[in-house]
Amino acid sequence: MSHSYDHAIGHNHETSELTDTELRVRALESILVEKGYVDPAALDELIETYETRVGPRNGAHVVAKAWSDEDFANWLFEDATAAISSLGYIGRQGEHMVALRNTPEKHNIVVCTLCSCYPWTVLGLPPVWYKSAPYRSKAVRDPRGVLHDFGVELPEETEICVWDSTAEVRYLVIPRRPEGTDGWSEEDLARLITRDSMIGTGLALSPGELQEVAE
Amino acid sequence: MNGAHDLGGMMGFGPVVAEENEPRFHEEWERRAFAITLAMGATGEWSLDESRRKRESLPPRQYLNLSYFEIWLAALEQILADHGLVQPDEIEAGRSLHESRPVKRVLKGEDVAAALKRGGPVNREPEAPAKFAAGDRVTAINMNPTGHTRIPRYVRGRPGTIEAVQGCHVFPDSNAAGQGEAPKWLYSVAFKGTDIWGADSDPSLTIRADLWEPYLEPR
Repeated sequence: MSHSYDHAIGHNHETSELTDTELRVRALESILVEKGYVDPAALDELIETYETRVGPRNGAHVVAKAWSDEDFANWLFEDATAAISSLGYIGRQGEHMVALRNTPEKHNIVVCTLCSCYPWTVLGLPPVWYKSAPYRSKAVRDPRGVLHDFGVELPEETEICVWDSTAEVRYLVIPRRPEGTDGWSEEDLARLITRDSMIGTGLALSPGELQEVAE
Repeated sequence: MNGAHDLGGMMGFGPVVAEENEPRFHEEWERRAFAITLAMGATGEWSLDESRRKRESLPPRQYLNLSYFEIWLAALEQILADHGLVQPDEIEAGRSLHESRPVKRVLKGEDVAAALKRGGPVNREPEAPAKFAAGDRVTAINMNPTGHTRIPRYVRGRPGTIEAVQGCHVFPDSNAAGQGEAPKWLYSVAFKGTDIWGADSDPSLTIRADLWEPYLEPR
């Protein structure tokens, strides 16, 4: 069990509990296979897909293209599902997409207060904090407090717009393009685009910050 | 239902703590729990709405004490028992004890990529025109159903404005109960922070929630 779970829900798991969970999962998996309900090859494929193939690099590609190509950006804000599909990011937990444009006047943040809805096709599986009680409880009431937890401060007059993913519509935040990036290639721009900047709990990196990360 | 899952606006959970370089899964059992949940979902024996209902039906004390994948696992065990597919004594024994009935579909390894690509779109042909349009003033109904619903407690009874019509989507309140998809118009509804949290709210806060037509009335 991770430190962050314990932190998030404020209690400690006993090692014996963990072992029990591991045993139950192992038992359940072997029963499901034995009964012929699941194909072990499908389990491996599902894990492989979400562990190694689908992640925030997909979303960064979408954002970098939107920053570089005005026609694509217009399409994205008009029909995000189609525009994102055109890059090959399509399917489960991304069937109905909406792109949200961050501007100096309006900053968008995405949450799912009721469970953990998240745009898998472009961001992969959600991090633990996104699914945790602290984030789900606080994002809709005190989003500036959440931003503070992430080290982000925005001007008082900026509207903070929190999108609660209560249905099957999935939201991708398009962060503001950092200054000093004129003429950058899509590939270089994509390196500035963090997962958190596409949820709205972060901003895209500046060229200087990218330099620091690289060092 | 008014379960522990409906967390919006609660206090006292402490700061949001992000883990540096977080792995996709923290334990091997999380990988397996994730995969068996998706693979069993693909059998078509139940809907995602029914899975959500089962997770949020866990007693609040238990829900808040379990990690995310522990919640998935507890709900999966119950749903398998409900559907007569795996009984608790089998999980205790670690092997199949009862004769099994066949499931509707079995997801094969070679079909995973195509199945994920297809996903599960929930937009449906409408039976009636949408009652609301962008800009309409609405109130989220005060309702407290004991079954599954996707109207968070914090918006119930609050005034809002239709921001966009999202389409006609499967209605979870019906679908989770096994009463059919009963598609309804879905709207993105804008609320002011002050209308939800009162005078102490951050004045720059606005909230959007996706709400189905039966959750809304004109104002």
